Amino acid sequence: MSGGVRAATGTAALTTELPVGRSTGWWGMVMFVVTEATLFACLLGSYFYLRFQFGAQWPPPGIAPPTLLKPLVMTAVLLPSSLPVIWAEHGIRRGQRWRLRTGLAATFLLGATFLALQANEYAEKLREFTLTTNAYGSLFYVITGFHGLHVLVGLTMIGWLLAASLRGGSFGAHRHDRVRNAAIYWHFVDLVWVAILFTIYLSPRL
Amino acid sequence: MSTTAAPVPGASREQLDRLEEHWGERPSLRAWLTTVDHKKIGRRYLVTAGLFFALAGLSALAMRTQLARPEAGLLSPQEYNQLFTMHGTAMIFLFATPMLFGFGNFLVPLLIGARDMAFPKLNALGYWIFLFAGLFMWASLPFGAAPNAGWFAYVPLTGQQQTPGLHMDVYSLGLLFLGIATAAGSINFIVTALKLRAPGMSLNRVPLFVWAIVATGFMVIFALPALNLDNAMLFLDRRFGTHFFDPEAGGNVLLWQHLFWIFGHPDVYIIVMPALGIVSAVLPAFTRRGVVGYVLVVFAIVAISIISFGVWVHHMFATGLPRLSYSFFSAASTIITIPSGIQIFAWLATMLLGRLVVRVPLLFVIGFIVTFVLGGFTGTMFALTVFDQQVTDSYFVVAHFHYVLVGGAVFPILAAVYYWLPKITGRMYHEGLGRWAFWLVFAGMHVTFFPMHLYGLFGMPRRVYTYPSEPGWDAWNLVSTVGSYLLAVGLLLVLAGVVHAIRRGRPAPPDPWGGDTLEWSTDSPPKPYNFAVLPQVHSLHPTWDESSRESMGAGAEADRVLADGRRTLLTSELDGRRERVVEMPASSWQPLLLALAMLLFFTAMLFAWYPVAAVAAVAVAGTVATWLWPPRRPERELGVSA
Ligand code: HEM
Repeated sequence: MSGGVRAATGTAALTTELPVGRSTGWWGMVMFVVTEATLFACLLGSYFYLRFQFGAQWPPPGIAPPTLLKPLVMTAVLLPSSLPVIWAEHGIRRGQRWRLRTGLAATFLLGATFLALQANEYAEKLREFTLTTNAYGSLFYVITGFHGLHVLVGLTMIGWLLAASLRGGSFGAHRHDRVRNAAIYWHFVDLVWVAILFTIYLSPRL
Repeated sequence: MSTTAAPVPGASREQLDRLEEHWGERPSLRAWLTTVDHKKIGRRYLVTAGLFFALAGLSALAMRTQLARPEAGLLSPQEYNQLFTMHGTAMIFLFATPMLFGFGNFLVPLLIGARDMAFPKLNALGYWIFLFAGLFMWASLPFGAAPNAGWFAYVPLTGQQQTPGLHMDVYSLGLLFLGIATAAGSINFIVTALKLRAPGMSLNRVPLFVWAIVATGFMVIFALPALNLDNAMLFLDRRFGTHFFDPEAGGNVLLWQHLFWIFGHPDVYIIVMPALGIVSAVLPAFTRRGVVGYVLVVFAIVAISIISFGVWVHHMFATGLPRLSYSFFSAASTIITIPSGIQIFAWLATMLLGRLVVRVPLLFVIGFIVTFVLGGFTGTMFALTVFDQQVTDSYFVVAHFHYVLVGGAVFPILAAVYYWLPKITGRMYHEGLGRWAFWLVFAGMHVTFFPMHLYGLFGMPRRVYTYPSEPGWDAWNLVSTVGSYLLAVGLLLVLAGVVHAIRRGRPAPPDPWGGDTLEWSTDSPPKPYNFAVLPQVHSLHPTWDESSRESMGAGAEADRVLADGRRTLLTSELDGRRERVVEMPASSWQPLLLALAMLLFFTAMLFAWYPVAAVAAVAVAGTVATWLWPPRRPERELGVSA
């Protein structure tokens, strides 16, 4: 068995060029998202539990049913924000760093806009009720606040990727695990918003 | 007993040196604080969990001393409340699960033929968090500020008005903090078992212990969020005036119980499952054959981990929920006994068909089966709603869950201690001392907890700091107390045995038991890189099969040595096909720093120093950001076109 030939034709040599199979990072992120999703499921489940145990009128007397315009605008901002990341990720897989940078920047802007809109929404709601008004208030702020925190974490990740990609020497066709993992997280944050939109804003009208 | 020498590794002298250079650590304080070696981390988990076990055990002894006779005044009601709460909380969260995670950490990479866990730094972080969270909770006891409302902390008793002071804040923050470690550890186990198995180890060749740990990991990632959410809401209610559990303002107290038991019942299996895995790992060596019905046992493991989510309401049969829902949960609670039964019968069949080698680990396994079956028997009695409503909150319940937990966790853990001690320390234990320990622990356990069934049925409620003299209560309580001292002596002998082995024990050969799994194919204790040559696995019992052993010796191929760096292999999830070589992280300060920043955060939250908490949160974010910052690489290696 000649070592030299083996080393050159062995799987180790052949597979260093292009990654094969899922990375551990991918699995780690997926599992993390799964447990986070369970957390949101419990949170939204608690909302419905309290709501149906409460009685007929929901939101409780004194609080108007939520208006839809602003949350729909927020949805229109947040949901499409996944597209630039996808585009950026496909770009870096081909080694196109400009696509990575542009895509990340676009997503970052959309995410930041979402947070600004949410702050505006809070300013309005806080005049009507607060965290301590009643269980509805607690649910409203904790659910949306917890999601907002996730958007903030996601934004930090995107901003951080952007910084790393601007430095150079970080990502390329053979090294983009971090981009993909952050993208998975961002898509998750996006999708959770849909569930929250349904729970908080739409379901009281059903 | 076959005492084979370590197989002559199929790696050259020079390759071994290079492996040593990349993986070895010279002992120093710095190395101690920064290590990411799964064996060291696993050992720490074991020692730390052992320490918390001792603290919780001492709490139990104090309680039993108080309860030895009626109307005793050794402990005040307040002290008793804190002791039983800390005992229960620590046994469940700081002893059982971390102890089993400790074995998992030490063993999983060895069992699957890898050089470390999938995320070694995360692993180190998990340990530090576990240590700090445990100290965080125990530190409250000397100040009289320990949690005091039972390990399941029902509202409204735990509300700010009913339980003022820091007690329940310590509980909720401590468990939230600890939860980070548990979730991180679980994800690490799952990914390690999916991706780092040695080539050839397809799913049907994965050791049962690894299956059990992975199933546990999945249960944790689906169950733990419910507990975390519950604790977060409790903290918010207490500290910031939200109303989740406040019926006056639209909240609901049963919400706590639902969320708690959505977590809590799977948690029983989270504790017991890896312990069952230990039993399946220990049996082959002492019956000289594989566990009967491997596929059935795997099926049972998977089935239990799914069904365990459908039984939570059986802890709430006394709360007045709709009848129909009782029937559903009653049925689920009955069905889950089937896969549990499958495992028990598989072990019994293994012992019947095999040739028994009676050593201490096997004794503990037998002790486990006896005790656990008795606990399961009283458990099926609870599945009958009518019976449950009679004995709820009596000592009968205390008896039942100690049979399940001491039987289902402590005995297997002790079996594991004796079984893997030679591998972990490189020393043999003293057999005679071990036997004494076994008989004392076994007798002590039954003398302590069997009478609890009786005085439970005679009507003695649980969680009382003392009791009036009643026929049938006094004498049996005294028996329980005597039993608990017997048990304590037995456990001390276990400790003595471990210390004796480390100090005086005979050096252990690589394979003292003739075991079947891969850890017995490498040195005792293993080298920092675990395997000089990563094995090529050909069967479920690689150490028993010639070709798998060969693959690490004379038949070794160069591309499984990987001596040019800190490297291990990734393989495909299902059939263990070789995929690629990966570089593993080396030692680092980041895990310790991150855990310290988190400790600061939780402490600041506890004492309401919110600006400090904000600073700590920024420190956490900063550490994570540097941790994950990509290293700078040449453009060619990255593959950049524009
Ligand atoms: C080692 C010997 C042990 C002794 C002598 C012991 C004794 C006790 C006693 C006296 C109580 C209090 C009963 C009451 O007042 O209601 C108790 C409660 C409890 N024990 Fe143990 N125990 C032992 C081991 C364990 C282990 C190994 C576990 C779990 C892995 C465990 C889990 C619990 C739990 C969860 C509670 C309930 C706490 C509560 O009511 O909130 N114990 N034990």
